[in-house]
Amino acid sequence: MKVWLAHHQDAALLALRRLAAAPVNSLLSLLAIGVALSLPAGGQMLLANALHLAGTTSAVPQISIFMASTAERRAAAEIESRLGKYGGVKQVQFLPREETLARMKTNPGLRDVIEVLPGNPFPDAFVVTATDDRPEAMEKLAVEFRQWPKVEHVQLDSAWVRRLDALLRLGRTAVILLGVLLGAGLIAISFSLIRMQALMHRAEIEVSQLLGATDGFIRRPFLYYGVLLGLGGGIVAWVLVGAAALWLRAPLGDLIRLYDLTLVLEALDSRDSTMLLGFAAGLGWLGAMISLRQHLRQY
Amino acid sequence: MIRFDRVSKRYPPGLDALSDLSFEVTEREMVIVSGHSGAGKSTLLKLIAAVEKPTGGAVLVGGQNVGGLARSALPFLRRRIGMVFQDQKLLFDRSVFDNVMLPLSIAGFPPKDAAMRVRAALDKVGLASREKALPVMLSGGEQQRLAIARAVVNRPSLLLADEPTAHLDSETAADVARIFHEFHHVGVTLLIATYANELFPGARPLQLDHGRLVS
Repeated sequence: MKVWLAHHQDAALLALRRLAAAPVNSLLSLLAIGVALSLPAGGQMLLANALHLAGTTSAVPQISIFMASTAERRAAAEIESRLGKYGGVKQVQFLPREETLARMKTNPGLRDVIEVLPGNPFPDAFVVTATDDRPEAMEKLAVEFRQWPKVEHVQLDSAWVRRLDALLRLGRTAVILLGVLLGAGLIAISFSLIRMQALMHRAEIEVSQLLGATDGFIRRPFLYYGVLLGLGGGIVAWVLVGAAALWLRAPLGDLIRLYDLTLVLEALDSRDSTMLLGFAAGLGWLGAMISLRQHLRQY
Repeated sequence: MIRFDRVSKRYPPGLDALSDLSFEVTEREMVIVSGHSGAGKSTLLKLIAAVEKPTGGAVLVGGQNVGGLARSALPFLRRRIGMVFQDQKLLFDRSVFDNVMLPLSIAGFPPKDAAMRVRAALDKVGLASREKALPVMLSGGEQQRLAIARAVVNRPSLLLADEPTAHLDSETAADVARIFHEFHHVGVTLLIATYANELFPGARPLQLDHGRLVS
């Protein structure tokens, strides 16, 4: 175990020394990987913030139920009790037609119109919030309510929820797509850098094989090199995204405020950061592994 | 210890390096393989370490047919054999000490024991005071002795050397030959490909001519 650890330590140190031996090369490689990774990482950062914004916005999707104008108060009371017992309904607010009329009359423009109308044009109404506010679930509730007696009209104000949902889904797909594309790019970068390393250290690979080194032993420093490249690139991407978040925070906050919302743009959270660094290191390793497969077959 | 049974080696496009070669080397024997350039001396040594595979016949090392070994088994064969290469194959970006350390790292020796062994091997070839030097700072004779130290640091029972005294002046060559004799005395089996038969008195000669055994 101790020997095994010592070997890994040696391999990691060797990889570090090789990175340090060509500092300009290494830095530019890290920058290339970092910039490539910062695109999906930045996308994820924006997406996480958008999700957060959508989550904290107070406008909860609601279903409005309008009774027939001929319905009596008894029918409304029946619906109210039925809603109260109905599973999936979180909260019910009853809006009696008199109250609605009174409220509408406070609007000076509407008052004149209402006064010329015979009787009360407003029906009794309910505003329902659901326990499950996903669009599909809301739609199902609306369909059910429409079949209830004396219910004239059911309106689902989830259109905007659907739009937001679709937009966020699109964003997520775009981030995944970018991640896959640039992840493949990272593998390619790691592949060619490790190939160069393997060519540079060809003598060492050959001698090690002749002295009885297993493929694992020979691969080890190169795999560490790949992992360090990936990890370093991941850190560069993390810093770039963090800097961008900081830089965009004030102007984006101002823009969002125009929509009566508040947003403080946050950098990647710990889960996303861990994932970024983990993926970067893993892809660097993978690129190195693929690259070495070819080289080790020679002797 | 080593048995060649009707071994032939043909390189594409039809160049016969060795043909129908049969001989045996017993344990603790010192054998010198001689012959003109291109007679197949290097190929013979490479077949023993399974660096090359025979195109016909069988090469047995310690009873094992090394031509039929799986790739994954080769490292363990090579760890039992010390090799001094014609072109030495030293690593020029590593110190003398690290060059000799390499076979022990590969074999997975604990670092402390390994360091002691490295110093012992360097002492044996007279390079104890040069362990921090880089190979380029060594003379030709010293580089050859370094290659020998690396080959024996693992204490193999079989040592193969390909032209170990070529390019050395006669005094240095005699010095290197003396080191091989010392290993022979402590029971190491030696196979040395060389032109300089006179440096190894008492060794059994194997004379090759165009890939065939003459004597």
